[in-house]
Amino acid sequence: MLKFIGKRLLQLVPTLFFVSVLIFSLQHLLPGDPALVMAGEENDPAVVEQIRRQYHLDRPIVLQYVYWMKGVLSGDLGESMRIKEPVLKLVLEKLPVTLQLASMAIIIALSIGITAGVVSAVKKNTALDYAANVFALWGISTPNFWLGIMLIFLFSVELGWLPASGYVRLSEDWRASIASTILPAFVLGNAIAAILMRHTRSAMLQVLESDYVRTARAKGLVERKIILKHALRNALTPVITLGALEFGTLLSGAVLTEQIFTIPGFGKLIVDAVFNRDYAVVQGVVLVTATTFIMLNLLADIAYHLVNPRLRESA
Amino acid sequence: MSVAALDTGATAEPRAESPAARAWRRLLRRRGAIFGMVVIALFVLCAVFAPLISPYDPTIQSWSAVRKAPSALHIFGTDDVGRDVFTRVIYGARASLLAGVISVSIALSVGVPLGLIAGYRGGFIDALLSRMTDAMLACPFIILAIALAAFLGPSLGNAMIAIGITTTPIFLRLTRGQVMAVKVEEYIEAARAVGNPRWRIALVHILPNILPALLVQATLSVAAAIIAEAALSFLGLGQQPPDPSWGSMLNSAQRFLTNAPWMAVWPGLAIFLSVLSFNLVGDGLRDALDPRER
Repeated sequence: MLKFIGKRLLQLVPTLFFVSVLIFSLQHLLPGDPALVMAGEENDPAVVEQIRRQYHLDRPIVLQYVYWMKGVLSGDLGESMRIKEPVLKLVLEKLPVTLQLASMAIIIALSIGITAGVVSAVKKNTALDYAANVFALWGISTPNFWLGIMLIFLFSVELGWLPASGYVRLSEDWRASIASTILPAFVLGNAIAAILMRHTRSAMLQVLESDYVRTARAKGLVERKIILKHALRNALTPVITLGALEFGTLLSGAVLTEQIFTIPGFGKLIVDAVFNRDYAVVQGVVLVTATTFIMLNLLADIAYHLVNPRLRESA
Repeated sequence: MSVAALDTGATAEPRAESPAARAWRRLLRRRGAIFGMVVIALFVLCAVFAPLISPYDPTIQSWSAVRKAPSALHIFGTDDVGRDVFTRVIYGARASLLAGVISVSIALSVGVPLGLIAGYRGGFIDALLSRMTDAMLACPFIILAIALAAFLGPSLGNAMIAIGITTTPIFLRLTRGQVMAVKVEEYIEAARAVGNPRWRIALVHILPNILPALLVQATLSVAAAIIAEAALSFLGLGQQPPDPSWGSMLNSAQRFLTNAPWMAVWPGLAIFLSVLSFNLVGDGLRDALDPRER
């Protein structure tokens, strides 16, 4: 097991290196002189000069990367052009908001996705199975920004039940906080529920055909107990680890969802940064999300090996 | 499928049928896939014949017809500057379909050759390309596309490039995996034994065998690319006003939800229907091309 973790950690090094190269090279996609573009409308020579110094744009590109990487490794992701604050501070400020949204979305996705998956597998080829599959297709094909707009129209404009936008911190008023995040969390969770439903369905179908389920049936156990205790428990392993990979979908979705519901999280940070041509913030957000995603991937991989004895022995 | 499974399989089918014809016949058995193909065909017709279908201009503003509810004159209503929503939805199909097809073509033309090289050559090149693929796949799809589009500058062309680049690693990884699986087959060994050069084996013997998998992924990727283009246009990073695009229409619709909800309904429905159709065709193709299913 330790050998496996060590091997996976070693593999991370080149991946993280290429992620950093990719994000670093973004600024060289800017048309023309990057310093001039980053300075935006203020064509103040002093500002341009400051940017040139800050990004070491007067140095060769390899050195520029080394300087940038040195900063990143010591926790310095640069400074926001717009707000004049360190990027890392901005990112850390916004993180709890997105985490709250993401956790609620995951709870919604798990409860809808797994339930629908189990039902459709147990009731295979019935109207219920058909309905669950239609739901999954709908979830995968609906753009979440449209779903968000439609839900605002229904629940805020027409019915007036929930606020259309804005965010209340959990620590301020937990009820208002949940009311302000339940719609966006549903929008985010919906797409992932669809994917989880498909995973759960195929895993359950496989497990339900296995010998130990037949044995459990032969013993005369109640069907509900067989499904929940014997089948689902084993089917859940791949579902949970595959689910961890949907973290990227969650973050991608958060960008647009936060924009629509004006929730001041991670996604809104990157969109605002794009509008304000605050390139250091864009790079910082992409770097933090990519690194988090890679780490989660690693954890999911390790978890998968831990719960799967066959893989554990071969590692 | 269960009835077909009882069939004795290959022996029951006419011998002369080519694999492509068989896949096509199986595809036509799936109602979802047929629905998808019909809807896609309708969208393509709309995009091509847009000026013939609608009597209005998609960009000319009319202050006498601002935010009119759907009526016989404007079946989908009008928007905040008096343009016909139906016309803009039809013209918007051009941006969305083009974005879907062009960005996936970019991804295919870069990802497949690199995947062939990585899978066939192996060694250092493979390790290098694989780690680069990992790195790109580690960045969430939309976030990387937004970052690329932001740095390239806002325009429909740049949005397509950004989505194409972001989709490339998916094809690289798929091609590489398929090549690795195929290259150990006996017929590849036979091709090598009779002295075929490497490029010929890769192009003539390996590529045709991995085409089905690529076709399925390409169809599903067009769906993802259409959503991505709409998302980028929604954020102002894709199609620029006044040219119509479903994403940018949704963006302006958001401000008028209280008094003109129809502005949000139709472009969103168009995105949903086109994405759903490509997903249905992709799913159908996967089943039709699966050699295990008969």
